[in-house]
Amino acid sequence: MDRLLDVMAIFSMALMAMVLLSVRRAHIRVEYSVSWLTAAATLLILSRSSTLLNWLSAHMGITYPPLALILIASWVFLVVFYRFSVRISDLKDANTDLAQRLAILEYRLHSAHEDK
Amino acid sequence: MRILDLLIIIPAFNEEGAVGTVVAEVNAVLPGVPVLVIDDCSGDATAAAARSAGARVLALPTHLGLGGCVQAGYKLAFELGYEFVIRVDGDGQHDPHDIPGILAKLKQTGCQMVIGSRYLVDGGKFTSPARGAGIVLFRLVLWPILGKWVSDPTSGFVGVNREALAVFSKSFPLEYPEIEALVVLKRKAFQFEEVPCNIRPRKAGRSSITAMKSISYIVHVLLGVFVNILKYDGPRRR
Repeated sequence: MDRLLDVMAIFSMALMAMVLLSVRRAHIRVEYSVSWLTAAATLLILSRSSTLLNWLSAHMGITYPPLALILIASWVFLVVFYRFSVRISDLKDANTDLAQRLAILEYRLHSAHEDK
Repeated sequence: MRILDLLIIIPAFNEEGAVGTVVAEVNAVLPGVPVLVIDDCSGDATAAAARSAGARVLALPTHLGLGGCVQAGYKLAFELGYEFVIRVDGDGQHDPHDIPGILAKLKQTGCQMVIGSRYLVDGGKFTSPARGAGIVLFRLVLWPILGKWVSDPTSGFVGVNREALAVFSKSFPLEYPEIEALVVLKRKAFQFEEVPCNIRPRKAGRSSITAMKSISYIVHVLLGVFVNILKYDGPRRR
C-alpha cells in the first residue's frame, strides 16, 4: 500500500513539475494550468496524508484506501477533461464564427471593389 | 435594407469536376438569379471552376465542414437581404429544374422551409437497403418530434425563407446539418413542406458519408436531435 501511495506521490510531483515547466515555456497559459495543478496537488496531499485518505475511504465504504485514491484521481481527471471539452467547444464555435466572418468580409470587400 | 428575392447557394468541397457544370445548369434554368458557391477551403480548383462558370464565391479560410459552410452562405444571404435561399449540392445530384417548384412552394405556403424529396417522386426507391434502413429510422424518430411525416430527412436540396435565415444565421448544426436543422426549426414553431425532386447520380467526386462513417453518422445525428429537443423553447414563436 505504501509503495502504491509513494508512486502516486511521485506521479503527482512529476505532473506538477511538467505543468510548471510548460507554463514557464509558454506552452500552457496560466489559466489552463490551474486545473492540472489543482488535480496534482489534490493527489499529492491524499497520497501523503494517510489520516485524510483513511477518513475519505471509510466514508466511501472502501476498505482499501489506495483504491479510494485511484477513484478520486479518476474523478478529478474526468472533471479536468470535462472542463477542457467545454473550453474546446467554445473555441470551435468562436473559430467557426471568425472564419465565416472573415470570408464574408473578404467577399464584401471584393464586391465593393468590383462595383467601383 | 433592400430585400432581394432569390439566392442559390452551393456548398462545395473539392468539387472542381462538377461545380462548374452545376453553376452553368442553374444559370441556364434561372437566368439572372445570383449563384453563390461557398468553397469550404478546397484543395483543388473548386473556386476557380465556380468563378469561370459565372458564380460568386464565398471562400472560407479554413475547412468548416458542411454545416459551417452552409451557415456561412445563410449568414451572407441574410446580411445582403435575400428573401429566399435555395441550397443545391455541388456534386450535381440535384436537378436545377426542380428549383422553381421549391421556390413556388415557399411562396405559396408561407412555410419557412421546403425540402426537395427524392422519395415523393414516382419510383423514388432507396438506393441501398442500408441507406433505406437509415432513412426509415430517421423518419420514425422525427415523426413524433416534428408532429409530421418527413419522407426525405437527409435531403440537402432545401429552400428557406428569411425567417429561417434569421434563425440559421445564429444557430445551425455544424456537422450533419439536414436532420438537426428540422429540429432547430421545430423549436421555433416553424413549418416545413416537401416537394418531389429528382436526384441524379454524382457528376464527379465521392460522397463524404462512407460505409465506415455511417454508424457514426446515425449516432451523431440522433444525439444532435435529442440535444436540440432539450433546448426546446416551448410553443411560442421565435
